[in-house]
Amino acid sequence: MNLRLSTAPHVHHPVTTQRLMLFVIIALLPAAAAGVYAFGLPALLVLCISMASAVLSEFLWQKIARKPVRINDFSALVTGLILGLNLPATAPWWLAMIGSAFAVIIVKQLFGGLGDNFLNPAMAARAVLLASWPVHMTNYVAPTFFDSSIDAVATATPLVKPGTQLMDLFLGNIPGTIGEVSKAAILIGFLFLLITKTIQWQIPVVMVGSVALFSWMFGADPLAAILSGGVLFGAVFMATDYVTNPMTPWGQAIYAFGIGLIVSLIRQFGAYPEGVTYGILLMNIATPLIDRFLPRKIYGHQKEAKKA
Amino acid sequence: MSEKKSMGKVLFNGIITENPTFRLVLGACPTLAVTTSAINGLGMGAAATFVLICSNFVISLLRNFIPDRVRIPAFIVVICTFVTMVQLLMQAFIPSLYDALGIFIPLIVVNCIILARAEAFASKNTPVSSAVDGLGMGIGFTLALMLMGSIRELIGNGSVFGVNILGASYQPMLLIVLASGGFLTFGLMLGLFNLIVKKLETKKKHEEEQAA
Repeated sequence: MNLRLSTAPHVHHPVTTQRLMLFVIIALLPAAAAGVYAFGLPALLVLCISMASAVLSEFLWQKIARKPVRINDFSALVTGLILGLNLPATAPWWLAMIGSAFAVIIVKQLFGGLGDNFLNPAMAARAVLLASWPVHMTNYVAPTFFDSSIDAVATATPLVKPGTQLMDLFLGNIPGTIGEVSKAAILIGFLFLLITKTIQWQIPVVMVGSVALFSWMFGADPLAAILSGGVLFGAVFMATDYVTNPMTPWGQAIYAFGIGLIVSLIRQFGAYPEGVTYGILLMNIATPLIDRFLPRKIYGHQKEAKKA
Repeated sequence: MSEKKSMGKVLFNGIITENPTFRLVLGACPTLAVTTSAINGLGMGAAATFVLICSNFVISLLRNFIPDRVRIPAFIVVICTFVTMVQLLMQAFIPSLYDALGIFIPLIVVNCIILARAEAFASKNTPVSSAVDGLGMGIGFTLALMLMGSIRELIGNGSVFGVNILGASYQPMLLIVLASGGFLTFGLMLGLFNLIVKKLETKKKHEEEQAA
């Protein structure tokens, strides 16, 4: 007989992986809808391809590795959707496919599957795609809003071309990746995640605050810095990945603060216009270190008094 | 007969069981740095093989004369001699490869594989078997470097040994020929090699159990 032994407390909770992932998908829907509204059917196609290939990669890998197939926990679907939202609407189909396969197989499954990845899979895949096919990854077009009279015009993002109206930045009337354009839609998703207690407020708020602070210190407009690029999207959906951020609230604050610092440094002084990807990835890597210096209090365990 | 068999074993040892790159994880620095193309991998491997065979042979000849306390400097002097020979020969006859490999040719001196074989094998075995060990290790290193170079060149440039394979419409994955791509390829290859060796070992064990 297989006896399962575990220490108290034995509390059952209705929260399952599947449920959490479903909440994340629901929270991503406004951003996805806004992206599709802004960039039209090509955006929808990119999202579908990246989701389908993420789920397919997970299925195939688990079949080949003879592991239980767990595609119905929706985690691969979430990875695919987040990756798709991180691509420009002009991304060719193979870009989305390679990105999803890389995220699921190399970043997630090879390190032990869900819960063992040391980087956010979608973020790592985006970094790989950006380094491999920089032209395709930065081929941004101005939003068309399903208006067939407007041809898609390739333009630079507001990060490269300052002077965009703040309202346009907020609502999403700007070129960019599919998911990051509409800040209003991202905030709706953020509120949903907070209400359902899927995530806590610390990481997104500290990260955005830190971006604002350092942008201001480095002489940029803090509000425009927050609203342009992937800061909000990254803060809400990618920096908050359960596996790759520290366990204690103070650790999470340091982690989020660090992301903001790196983002601002790269934006102001680096060669790349945007630094959210690298900010999050670098702090993902620093997470075990942060956890080591700020360990979680063990339940019922008291610190030993210092010997005099 | 038994001598011959053990020679084969020594040779095989370097190529598969103790492949310097994928099993011992020695010489990772040149492995990561020069394997951006198949020809660079081959050139580096050939240079290291030459040094390995010669230095193993000479160190084995001198193994009873070198005092224990100064053995490392003594080994390095021997290795340096052969590395300098390789460097000058390469500069004279294949300058393009010499330019491509750059600093990594003189750095063969501090390649851990060569020093490790001198220390672990050549200083304890006869000159002939030491030379064979150097040959095996060198072939193993060369094969590993060539394999990694081919994979990285194929994915990152669409070609192998400069011959275009994937066609003009292929969009090369630039990352793989960058430094991070080197680490990525190396890690994946290590994992794959470990998997294969593990499979072989369990199979062998299984057969032995059945025979017993």
